[in-house]
Amino acid sequence: MEAFITHTGRMVPLRRSNVDTDQIIPAVYLKRITRDGFEDGLFSAWRNDPEFVLNAPERAGATVLVAGPDFGTGSSREHAVWALQNYGFKAVISPRFADIFRGNSLKGGLLTVELSQDIVDKLWEATEKDPQIEVTVDLQTRTVSCADLVVPFDIDDYTRWRLLEGLDDIGLTLRHEGDIGTFESNRPLHLPKALPIAVGGTT
Amino acid sequence: MGRTLAEKIWDAHVVRRAENEPDLIYIDLHLVHEVTSPQAFDGLRAAGRPVRRPDLTLATEDHNTPTLDIDKPIADPVSRTQIEALRRNAAEFGVRIHSLGDIDQGIVHVVGPQLGITQPGMTIVCGDSHTSTHGAFGALAFGIGTSQVEHVLATQTLPLDPPKTMSVTVDGTLPPGVTAKDIILAVIAQIGTGGGQGYVIEYRGEAIRALSMEGRLTVCNMSIEAGARAGLVAPDDVTFDYVKGRPHAPAGAEWDAAVAAWRELYTDDDATFDKEVTLDASALTPFVTWGTNPGQGAPLGANVPDPATIADESERTAAERALEYMGLTAGQSLRDITVDTVFLGSCTNGRIEDLRAAAEVLRGHQVAEGVRMLVVPGSARVRLQAESEGLDTVFKEAGAEWRFAGCSMCLGMNPDTLAPGERSASTSNRNFEGRQGTGGRTHLVSPLVAAATAVTGHLSAPADLADVEQ
Repeated sequence: MEAFITHTGRMVPLRRSNVDTDQIIPAVYLKRITRDGFEDGLFSAWRNDPEFVLNAPERAGATVLVAGPDFGTGSSREHAVWALQNYGFKAVISPRFADIFRGNSLKGGLLTVELSQDIVDKLWEATEKDPQIEVTVDLQTRTVSCADLVVPFDIDDYTRWRLLEGLDDIGLTLRHEGDIGTFESNRPLHLPKALPIAVGGTT
Repeated sequence: MGRTLAEKIWDAHVVRRAENEPDLIYIDLHLVHEVTSPQAFDGLRAAGRPVRRPDLTLATEDHNTPTLDIDKPIADPVSRTQIEALRRNAAEFGVRIHSLGDIDQGIVHVVGPQLGITQPGMTIVCGDSHTSTHGAFGALAFGIGTSQVEHVLATQTLPLDPPKTMSVTVDGTLPPGVTAKDIILAVIAQIGTGGGQGYVIEYRGEAIRALSMEGRLTVCNMSIEAGARAGLVAPDDVTFDYVKGRPHAPAGAEWDAAVAAWRELYTDDDATFDKEVTLDASALTPFVTWGTNPGQGAPLGANVPDPATIADESERTAAERALEYMGLTAGQSLRDITVDTVFLGSCTNGRIEDLRAAAEVLRGHQVAEGVRMLVVPGSARVRLQAESEGLDTVFKEAGAEWRFAGCSMCLGMNPDTLAPGERSASTSNRNFEGRQGTGGRTHLVSPLVAAATAVTGHLSAPADLADVEQ
């Protein structure tokens, strides 16, 4: 995973709450078996509307999405994260994220930043007034800054460290393979196994 | 200090705990389907890693599978490629798979309980947010993304922070015609789509205890729609009776050991929840959604709400937008909403009891002219069971379409979709914009309301059919 230390870029104000992952990327795009090329599916239904904010020429090349509360609800599809990243987004700011979406983002290096609605309102106003204005999301100092606004955000130490170093989660876990083996040798015997296939089912 | 059920299961699965790090949690069962797994298997291949525990991994094909002509090659080449990728990956990594045409194929969350491989006290994950369904057995079950799928395939563990706990207590007795689906829709309308965020919900109370296993599955299934990753019901004799004798249920001395362990799975009297919510079952009526998120619901007897009366600005804007998308007017009666399509199925309501309940309403009636009703069993075995009870005949004689098993119109990844502007009454779990097809409009309902709506052509409860000629 690419490390995330700090990022500065222009914003896209998405004045909507409850942006579910079906809106971020509809199911029809999930049939692909790759991790890239999902940018065409990003907000695809909404992008059919020429007035949709992402279609505005001044938003081209913007890299920080600023959305309303409950962003990323619904399906666990990580394709939502890939679609945002493939399109060019590096960070998403919202007053509240759905759990699974937030987890997926932070695994993949898309920084999700929770800020109060009050601050989100200020960022919306700033970028709507001046689309060229830039915001900096600094993971090192855990701050978001835009013009004279500087606000702290929360992220746990472990996730921050992993992102700053760009570390592979699976590699980190496999350092504890011995602990996993020990745990496995003590599991209760009545727990089910999928193999070999049991015969004779009921409904 | 006592512990909640969620905390007990969590503690029993901690492989490693260290300061300032997430807990490393062991996963007892990893369910896999075709949509969220191909990139994870690619990751394993690229890193040269095997699947650590193929014997704790089970794959089924469900999201893309057609519900007609299942004996022919899948017509959509992209869907076919994805399903073929799962088959190849299962073969290469030694994972058991139930493919289209197999007697144990079906929606992953219907198949697990049916096989008896979903059991109390387990940790269960799947690259699917409705994994919360399995919590009905008192298992800690939650959806994960593809990176985590790869993590579990490689390590059989996940690094996770302990969740907060919430109790949802449903007291009282459900009135006739009110179901598990109405309970959960009412819960979501009460706490909102973000109300459960960061929590594991434990459903408690008299009305939950009185539910069958299948009703509990429906309730836990939609925990994610309240923002919670997992829902739980403490296991009891209803649970044990359901598991007993199933293909993967423990037998003999192991059964006794298992039941003894399962009887310890309850929230201690002196345990505390981080948040508590209560609901009176006896006050509930059939519940339907009017908007584009599952929290936008109301009793069937109510009217479409007026956004102007909603105090919260972001909720008001969302409601205005939802009414526009749904083509509804504030103040119109929910019962006056006419539908084009009725969908009975999904991991929420595609089990045998759901089909029985809907068939009972339909018996002797006809699906209204101009309405298409799709009945999609949750699994191949549910379909066979329904056929052995003659339910397929009831559906077909009423004019409904009797299909093969899969996720189908719940999310329209297969050919079963709504056309732009079409409106459905659907027993599934999400009424998001375009969920069932671009431009489609979805009202979430119970199987009873779905069946009654199919007969009248507008949102209805079975009680409304008294005036309809048989």
